[in-house]
Amino acid sequence: MINLTIDNQKVAIEEGSTILDAAQIVGAKIPTLCYLKEINVIGACRICMVEVQGARTFVPACVAPVAEGMVVRTNTPSVIKARKLVLELILSDHPMECLTCVRNQNCELQTLAEEFGISEIRFDGAKTEYPIDDSSPALIRDPRKCVLCRRCISVCTNVQTVQALAAENRGFDTLIAPAFNDKLADMECVQCGQCSLVCPTGAIVEKDDVDKVWAALADPKKHVLVQTAPATRVQLGEAVGAEPGSIFTGQMVAGLRRLGFDKVFDTDFTADLTILEEGNELLQRVTQGGTLPMITSCSPGWIKFCEHFYPDLLDHLSTCKSPQQMFGALAKTYYAKKEGVDPADIYSVSIMPCTAKKYECQRPEMFSSGYQDVDVVLTSRELGRMFKQAGLDCSNLPEEEYDAPLGISTGAGEIFGASGGVMEAALRTVYEVVTGQTLESVDFEVCRGLTGVKEATVQVGDLPVKVAITNGLGNARKVLDKIRAGEADYHFIEVMTCPGGCIGGGGSPIPTNTNIRLKRIDATYTEDERMVLRKSHENPAVTALYEEFLEKPLGHKSHKLLHTHYTPRGVNK
Amino acid sequence: MAECACNCGEDELTKQLDKIIDPYRGQPGGLIQVLTKSQELIGYLPKWVQVRIAEGLGVSLQEVYGVVTFYAFFSLIPRGRHKLSVCAGTACYVKGMKTLIKSLRDVIGVKPGQTTPDSRFTLEIVRCIGACGLAPAMIVDGKDVHGRIEPEQIPEILEQYA
Ligand code: SF4
Ligand code: SF4
Ligand code: SF4
Ligand code: FES
Ligand code: FES
Repeated sequence: MINLTIDNQKVAIEEGSTILDAAQIVGAKIPTLCYLKEINVIGACRICMVEVQGARTFVPACVAPVAEGMVVRTNTPSVIKARKLVLELILSDHPMECLTCVRNQNCELQTLAEEFGISEIRFDGAKTEYPIDDSSPALIRDPRKCVLCRRCISVCTNVQTVQALAAENRGFDTLIAPAFNDKLADMECVQCGQCSLVCPTGAIVEKDDVDKVWAALADPKKHVLVQTAPATRVQLGEAVGAEPGSIFTGQMVAGLRRLGFDKVFDTDFTADLTILEEGNELLQRVTQGGTLPMITSCSPGWIKFCEHFYPDLLDHLSTCKSPQQMFGALAKTYYAKKEGVDPADIYSVSIMPCTAKKYECQRPEMFSSGYQDVDVVLTSRELGRMFKQAGLDCSNLPEEEYDAPLGISTGAGEIFGASGGVMEAALRTVYEVVTGQTLESVDFEVCRGLTGVKEATVQVGDLPVKVAITNGLGNARKVLDKIRAGEADYHFIEVMTCPGGCIGGGGSPIPTNTNIRLKRIDATYTEDERMVLRKSHENPAVTALYEEFLEKPLGHKSHKLLHTHYTPRGVNK
Repeated sequence: MAECACNCGEDELTKQLDKIIDPYRGQPGGLIQVLTKSQELIGYLPKWVQVRIAEGLGVSLQEVYGVVTFYAFFSLIPRGRHKLSVCAGTACYVKGMKTLIKSLRDVIGVKPGQTTPDSRFTLEIVRCIGACGLAPAMIVDGKDVHGRIEPEQIPEILEQYA
């Protein structure tokens, strides 16, 4: 243990800790900007400067290690003056567009300016003029608002191992962008949006499609329906100001009705359907010698990642579309027919914790109903904004039920939102279908939690089923490299693009960090336990769907509507 | 140094480039050496060269490009025999650097960041060159400072550089 003094308070902390860590223990608040716990620790911005007795200059608390007997002052007038100067320098090259900025009131730079009482900028600096990149259907990059903190580079390089962004040029000309300032849409960026989740400002944000939805709701000819992803009900609360971990399922349904949606349906329904299609595909591959291990295909960032970086492994992907796209294809076929609505009049909206879903719904493979299957995707953040615009207050909304039939679901569909959930849901069904026996406990604890790569062997009848679960693309890489090397004897692998799974998706409320992810995961399993039905094959609406329309899993109609194929893309093309 | 003069085009260059890359295959640490030698070979570092280097060394294109744009030594465009660096520092900006650029463009016919088709001039914009008293200023080939330039003087200045 190292003993030091911070603002006259004694503190003991493990060797190797930083002054910032130590300050947190004694409740001394040091402002930070470039620093992001576990992700970006580079000491670049210097807003966290503190005074250390005996040091010639101020030291950056986020990177400076503690030392025995150190005497630190975090808030002397000269420290505050120096921090203010840093802030003013950043702001002198910043467009003052807060009122029209997506990050208004949720921006770390804005908060700092407010906390430091910045009322004028003394430097009229030259402004960098870089064009906005709005080429991607999912994200917008506005380098004018970039503070060069490099959090996005760290998350994209170290967590996702995509390396779509780099710091280019020097000094005043520094630009955070893809090489040659290429467009995000035209390169190997997987549209996961993790960069937008960690960016402290509005320099990388989701593409806002809220106006498209308002326009559809205002059009009397349109039959507007909405599906909500599993993770959204444990996220919406945060987007409208509630505590992380709040569950707002019924209130979200009620709110969506008040916004004017004709039907409020649930992606959990097609998550259940995915289990039946994917579970049967797995059994078929095992019994008929298909490509193994089979890998899940619900996460569109992961699909794009595999197409770019592991095109040789595309045969391992399940051919199942994601639950969002299965829903889209069924809404404009099965549901349209059943309800007697012209599919041309259906406007299909999807609420997702994900930016990559915006990209997915525009892929050319996703028009199997004869129309664009899902018309528009809103992230949890955008739904939060819609609720605010409409003056909907979740704490005053009643709890309402989803509409039938595409809103009927089980706990297995719900846990798709957390890393390991798809695997657990699949095991619940595969076990019972293969053995004909009822599971004693439906809880597969080995699948749960934030560990990067989880492995387990589950005895299903005579077959020991070997599975692996990865979250975050860097962890996926570890398992994929094993497959490439012929060292992976798994049957089934779940890959989720984002750390923690969808509850930590790139379209989640900001902030999203490890602590908040854990709270959303807890909430997800609470929802699962609350459900009467917890196994996908027990979903009566799915059974009816097969009886009335699809006939059987992997049948002709399933192949046409629910399955897809992939495109090898490579890198630097 | 110069562009390959024969008709074999990129194929021959690619072979020579691969010879530079080969000893460093799969070794990200060799990036700077490979870039330096490649620029010696080709004269500059166009996108196709950077892509090939990225793939050879097993690093992302973003990383290669980041290094190339960090060091002024590396060039993304073919270089002309003479480099015209127009200052865009505050003093020069205020004293009519924009007019200077426009006049230069009128005479040599290329934009900043480009090289004339006869490879005589490369035009670029730089930060303060420390000649603020002479604004608007331009430095040629990194050594000759020309200050208080009026548009009519431009042909005369350029004549000195064949
Ligand atoms: S990024 Fe932040 S400070 Fe900049 S305009 Fe947006 S809200 Fe304002
Ligand atoms: S969306 Fe994902 S892959 Fe693309 S730049 Fe952001 S973090 Fe990287
Ligand atoms: S885009 Fe955002 S996260 Fe990336 S360097 Fe700029 S401010 Fe930081
Ligand atoms: S927060 Fe410490 S240097 Fe940026
Ligand atoms: S501003 Fe041009 S030389 Fe200083």
